[in-house]
Amino acid sequence: MAKERSLSAEAGSILTSGISRRAVLAGAGGLGAVGLLAACGGGGDDAAGAGSVRWGNWPLYLDFDEDSKTYPTLEKFKTQTGIDAQYFEDYNDNDEFFGKVQAQLKLGEDIGYDLVSPTDWMAARWIRLGYTQKYDLTNIPNHVNILDSLKSPSYDPMRESTLTWQGIMAGFGWNTEKNPKGVRTIEDLFSPQNKGKIVVLSEMRDTIGVILLSQGIDITKVTEDQYMNAVDFMAKKIADGWIRGVKGNEYAEDLTSGDATAVIGWSGDMFILASENEGKFDFAIPESGGTISGDNLVIPSTASPEGKANAEKLINYYYDPVVAAEVAAYVNYVCPVKGAQAEMEKIAPELATSEYIFPTQVTSSRLSVFRSLTPDEETKWAEAFQQAQGN
Amino acid sequence: MRASLPKIKTPYLLLFPGFAFLFIFFILPIINLAQTSTQTPIAGGDTGQNEQTFAFSNYINAFIENREQFGRSFVYATLATIFALAIAYPLAYAIAFKSGKFKNILLVLVVAPFFTSFLLRTIAWKQILGEEGFVVPTLRNLNLMGQSTTITSTSVAVVAGMTYNFLPFMTLPLYASLERIDPRTIEASGDLYANAITTFRRVTLPLSLPGVVAGTLLTFIPAAGDYVNAAILGSPNTKMIGNVIESRYFKIVDYPTAAALSFTLMAAILILVTLYIRRAGTEELV
Repeated sequence: MAKERSLSAEAGSILTSGISRRAVLAGAGGLGAVGLLAACGGGGDDAAGAGSVRWGNWPLYLDFDEDSKTYPTLEKFKTQTGIDAQYFEDYNDNDEFFGKVQAQLKLGEDIGYDLVSPTDWMAARWIRLGYTQKYDLTNIPNHVNILDSLKSPSYDPMRESTLTWQGIMAGFGWNTEKNPKGVRTIEDLFSPQNKGKIVVLSEMRDTIGVILLSQGIDITKVTEDQYMNAVDFMAKKIADGWIRGVKGNEYAEDLTSGDATAVIGWSGDMFILASENEGKFDFAIPESGGTISGDNLVIPSTASPEGKANAEKLINYYYDPVVAAEVAAYVNYVCPVKGAQAEMEKIAPELATSEYIFPTQVTSSRLSVFRSLTPDEETKWAEAFQQAQGN
Repeated sequence: MRASLPKIKTPYLLLFPGFAFLFIFFILPIINLAQTSTQTPIAGGDTGQNEQTFAFSNYINAFIENREQFGRSFVYATLATIFALAIAYPLAYAIAFKSGKFKNILLVLVVAPFFTSFLLRTIAWKQILGEEGFVVPTLRNLNLMGQSTTITSTSVAVVAGMTYNFLPFMTLPLYASLERIDPRTIEASGDLYANAITTFRRVTLPLSLPGVVAGTLLTFIPAAGDYVNAAILGSPNTKMIGNVIESRYFKIVDYPTAAALSFTLMAAILILVTLYIRRAGTEELV
């Protein structure tokens, strides 16, 4: 039962623990020093001419130190291995990124990245089209650390060319001043105080997924009719002036600027917003259920052997539970690495019990994965979703 | 004889880099676009895999499906052009005739926005006109705007953003043609007992028409294809044809429709501009 104006337990714990992104990073900095010493003792010889790796990832998806403007865990990786890891926060949208690099992938020309982070369904498309390279698992001994529940997705049952970077829950996010009672059902979302100030995700599977779930439909088996019906529902809400925009990561800006008061959004973003704005925002999995998906570490077919090997080392590094916990403490998304919860106990015990980072069985049972679509469906459904938003 | 051969060749040699550039970066992509526009998806193929089937029906379907956004694009672009002209004409007039020693400073100020990225300026407008910016709360406190009325995410914001962003393209050609007017023609008009309004209507305006034509074209053409203002300042109900092309290309990965829409937009602009130039006359444009 939600108390009035109360935050969810998780958001509350993030705030009351005094853990800010900065505080977490100060902790990480301490670990960093240890890591540095270890590096000096060991891999010094490898450092010279270890080459580089170019990683394209979503924004706000890696621990970042505001003061030094660096990514602490990535800096540590660079020092440990001597590999020049270049990090680009320019993976903003699955479709958009695919549209940008597809022609080069087709021609086998370098796309400028050795590691990219497509979401499950997009990773599936990359694999289908032969745009990925299989891992050399001897370079990634830590791959065994992946959570059992993520071990064999349908698109890559042996996890030969994908490993989850973070898991993402989609649900309702809201401004706690405008929605003191919280937003837990679709009726709460479309309640009068939010009219014209609702923003939903441009990630079709998340937005339509949440709507479908609210209609009592199982998204692991959704039919075309059910899907189109949910798209019509969204189109109607847009036409009637309820929904202000359909956006990617930018929905966070709309929340902070006051242009949006309630959203269908992503868990991690919402917790970062909450901690940056003193509890002005909150997130919950809808009572009718939320969606879960994963972003994957994928090596493009166009990466050079050196880039590939370095990308594998980087993946291995981030599958170390210690490092995974540091990242999770910052990004607040579902951590895919076994043992990270125990490590989290050491750096931020409050977060170690967060359902949104380390979901329990009960929480997991409230989340579903949108079923995979055939290429025909992918085009047709995407078209309907785009047309509903005026495109 | 010996001198004439190089003479003939020289202009062509000089033109060669320009032609080569146009060929590689304009003609070839246009041909590619034309080919793509009549393709259809391969049966059983993956997303974005198409084959040439000369499906000219793509054009009809694309137009019918998106006629609303086409219409909106031309309405918004026309409005933005009219507003930009209304703002830029007095501005250019003042700079050309009344600014005295401040002329250069004012001209720099007109160009100054270009020193910042187009995108950043548009995002700044989103913040300024946003719910917690300066404008909206002030207007609400003065009761000039309803509590639930907003500025961003409306067509007003999109047209305003376009007007603002294209204003310098209107101002500069206007200034250039106004500045060229011989002040003695205006004096002569006064000597012939024409009042200020008549002088403007019969002398200044006709002489500045090349600037008006150039300015309106430089504003209207990019405005009709613009999608940044609608994407940042608008809502799903204010999407323009540029947004549709972007979504077809990047989101739906439907290259043929995107290409067909691009061609249709090009053709529509070309026709409108031709009609406009015929009507307004181009002899003085260059």
